[in-house]
Amino acid sequence: MRESGACPESAGMGHAPVSVTLRYFAWVRERIGKTEEVVDLPPGIRTVGDVVTWLTGRGEEYAHAFENPKVVRAAIDRTHVRPDAAVGQAREIAFFPPMTGG
Amino acid sequence: MATIRLQREDFDAAAEAAKMARGRTEIGAVVTFTGICRDHEAGHGVTALTLEHYPGMAEEEIARHVAEAERRWPLLGVTVIHRYGRLVPGDNIVLVVTASAHRSAAFAAADFLMDYLKTRAPLWKQEERAGGTAWVDAKDADDAAAERWVEPSKRDAAE
Repeated sequence: MRESGACPESAGMGHAPVSVTLRYFAWVRERIGKTEEVVDLPPGIRTVGDVVTWLTGRGEEYAHAFENPKVVRAAIDRTHVRPDAAVGQAREIAFFPPMTGG
Repeated sequence: MATIRLQREDFDAAAEAAKMARGRTEIGAVVTFTGICRDHEAGHGVTALTLEHYPGMAEEEIARHVAEAERRWPLLGVTVIHRYGRLVPGDNIVLVVTASAHRSAAFAAADFLMDYLKTRAPLWKQEERAGGTAWVDAKDADDAAAERWVEPSKRDAAE
């Protein structure tokens, strides 16, 4: 995801909240107690890491899921991203443990 | 050309390999790898595995790595089937079939795809064992196995 500074809809102070679907998998899902939710990200949230910090403050279950934020992986619109990735116009952000398929 | 499926149902490795090679006389090598649910892990018994996946992303992520394998090796066919849901020891989990004119490309591509499936495809295993259930921890060895395929940019520049 690239941030488009010229886009009038990009998240920022003074703009309408950005609605996004958050999805959780495996033990992240179990700890939070839901598979997905639609949230309005508050102004000022720029990166995936910012989303994690914001979620952590929403309740004990989130704090538990993200107690070791380095372990939890993320994807924006079904593509792996790092914590410093810009949320931009994301429609779906997923959080999950390291993968153990195969 | 590639076939990628996430499914609950079992698969038939021999049938998938035969389907790939049928009528394709340019193919000289077909490699099939089947991952099977085993009854033990790190010294404890395992009575079942439940595989959870991220629908949509799992297929897309596998497709990205199949495309990468096709870029690296002269492949004539790729099939990846990964099961989800509850599996018991002896059940098939994952199938990778690769075809090429010669064996080295087919072996290497199958190995590459399995290493990336384990570390990059959004799937998670939960074990049932004596005393309850536990999510399987990612293994450093799997990360190291995937890491060995990373192409150093310097090597690209030198070629």
